[in-house]
Amino acid sequence: MDLSPDQLTQAHYWMRLTRAFDDRVMKLHKQGKIIGGCFSQLGHEAISVGAAMALQPADVIAPMHRDLGAYLVRGITPRRMLAQHFGRATGVSRGRDTNLHGCGDLSLNIVGFVSMLPASMPVIAGVAHAFRLKGEPRVAMTFFGDGSSSEGLCHETLNWAAVFQVPAVFICENNQYAYSTPLSRQMRITDIADRAAGYGMPGVVVDGNDFLDVHTAAVEAVERARSGGGPTLIECKTMRMRGHAIHDNMAYVPQELLDAWAERDPLLRFEQHLRAHGLLDDAALADLNARVAAAIDDAQTFAEASPYPDPATLTEGLYR
Amino acid sequence: MSSKMTYLEAIRAGLRYEMQRDPRVLVMGEDVGVYGGAFKVTQGLLEEFGPDRVIDTPMAEACMVSVASGMAFMDLRPVVEMQFADFIATGFDSIVNFAATNHYRWGAPVPIVIRAPGGGGLRAGPFHSQNPEAWFVHTPGLKVVAPATPADARGLLISAIRDPNPVIYFETKYLYRSLRGAVPEGEAGIVPLGQAELRRAGEELSIISYGAMVHEALAAAETLATEGHSVEVLDLRTLKPLDRETILGSVRKTSKVLIVHEANMTGGIGGEIAALIAEHAFEDLDGPITRVAAPDTPVPYSPPLEDAYRPNAERILKAARELLAY
Repeated sequence: MDLSPDQLTQAHYWMRLTRAFDDRVMKLHKQGKIIGGCFSQLGHEAISVGAAMALQPADVIAPMHRDLGAYLVRGITPRRMLAQHFGRATGVSRGRDTNLHGCGDLSLNIVGFVSMLPASMPVIAGVAHAFRLKGEPRVAMTFFGDGSSSEGLCHETLNWAAVFQVPAVFICENNQYAYSTPLSRQMRITDIADRAAGYGMPGVVVDGNDFLDVHTAAVEAVERARSGGGPTLIECKTMRMRGHAIHDNMAYVPQELLDAWAERDPLLRFEQHLRAHGLLDDAALADLNARVAAAIDDAQTFAEASPYPDPATLTEGLYR
Repeated sequence: MSSKMTYLEAIRAGLRYEMQRDPRVLVMGEDVGVYGGAFKVTQGLLEEFGPDRVIDTPMAEACMVSVASGMAFMDLRPVVEMQFADFIATGFDSIVNFAATNHYRWGAPVPIVIRAPGGGGLRAGPFHSQNPEAWFVHTPGLKVVAPATPADARGLLISAIRDPNPVIYFETKYLYRSLRGAVPEGEAGIVPLGQAELRRAGEELSIISYGAMVHEALAAAETLATEGHSVEVLDLRTLKPLDRETILGSVRKTSKVLIVHEANMTGGIGGEIAALIAEHAFEDLDGPITRVAAPDTPVPYSPPLEDAYRPNAERILKAARELLAY
């Protein structure tokens, strides 16, 4: 599917917004203003934005902790997301959950995730299963990593999704490391997508640092799912460019590997594409960066001015 | 209006009633469809409601529970059958970390029911006899029920299905076909969650129990009555949330309390009830809070071993006599 110039420009905005938000979170953490763990998005922007933009508003998505772009595309505002990081009552989880965890909002068709990855995989299989039972032309999408591909739940879910031919799209973000553990300790194979054949579903490998490659594969998978063709496994090859979380200096990653991946930065590559097609010039980029910075400044002002949750509400919301 | 049925038939009646009333309710599990369930609880449901509402699944409990959560987000009302309560451990993470925490974290309710056939006495060995209810009572965000009668089996199941929260429904295999009773029909038979039931009124001692052990306690109370003792038996019915007022009210009346459960002693629900009583009814006590529970071992297979393991009326009698004489 060819994206219109407007859609490409919109995708550029989401990717720049994601990166600027990420940079701000890192800075705020170093300043001691955000406490707790923070998970960098650096290098993952093309996957989260490219995949999320393949969905319709009625479709359901369950992003994980590298998918800030997907939350933003689906309508979680920078204000709510930064207030979430600050632990404020105006955050997505009202101070209940941390950073990108628990950022669900069914009014936006977003399912929040828990730390025990890939916990969202079976939930999204259930959402998609419901669509199939009800005959609704909707699709469900979720994300997991190379690390969580070793979990039994990953196997259970892909098998279930294939058995029932549910309209689901599973995006594996293969970023080479699960915390400090390299791929060679997770698997003997090169491509996780190879496993799709074992479940009886299509599996494709895409360049996770290429927005167009990710988006095209996601659109194809979403269309297949919506038309009754069942689930798809998409493996996006990428690299986690910062530590597992902000405390992790990832001394275990060879510098040459990071240098090589830095040359394949998803944003810079997308911007080269836009420039080559006359959709971006220096002035437009400066304007975009100014708009993005303003949105993040506004979010920070909002978050810092927001109240903390009232301790008296501690037990509220445990039950419906 | 009521009809006589077994405990097992009452569970099925509750499922059918809700499936007929609400098209969102569906049943899912291993061998629940064509085979009718390992114990035949769901027999006939596939024929009546079709394969989209009675779903035979792959052998994957962790996936199954979270699939149910996802379905619940999309306004379905899944009832998941664990083939045995013992197998619920393989779905533990999906229950305690996802389903139980979800509404607290981001506000979406998870209206699912997990049916867990538990308990021993059937020579079924360590992995088909367990009583793992305490794990879930300890988990914020869940509700836990354990019916002891056919009427409650139907009535509590209907309430569990209608409840907007995740509910673990511990049914007792031992009672499936051994216990028959009157089961009220229609809405009149609904049993609210969180309400204990006094099965026998008495003045000298409160025996607090649930599930299969209620009947052992009643047998013990009957024997004690022939010896001139007035003993009351309280059936908790819901283990989470506990009916604190009814428990404390009974203790304040009798001043002596014996807590009985089939699950093993350490970390069991008996400890929680004992603490509740010690904190809030200490001044009313006239004897040590006493527990009868299984020893802290796996559930053994061989009959002499299982008989030594599983609490029964005889062991309850012994503890009750000591307490009455205190």
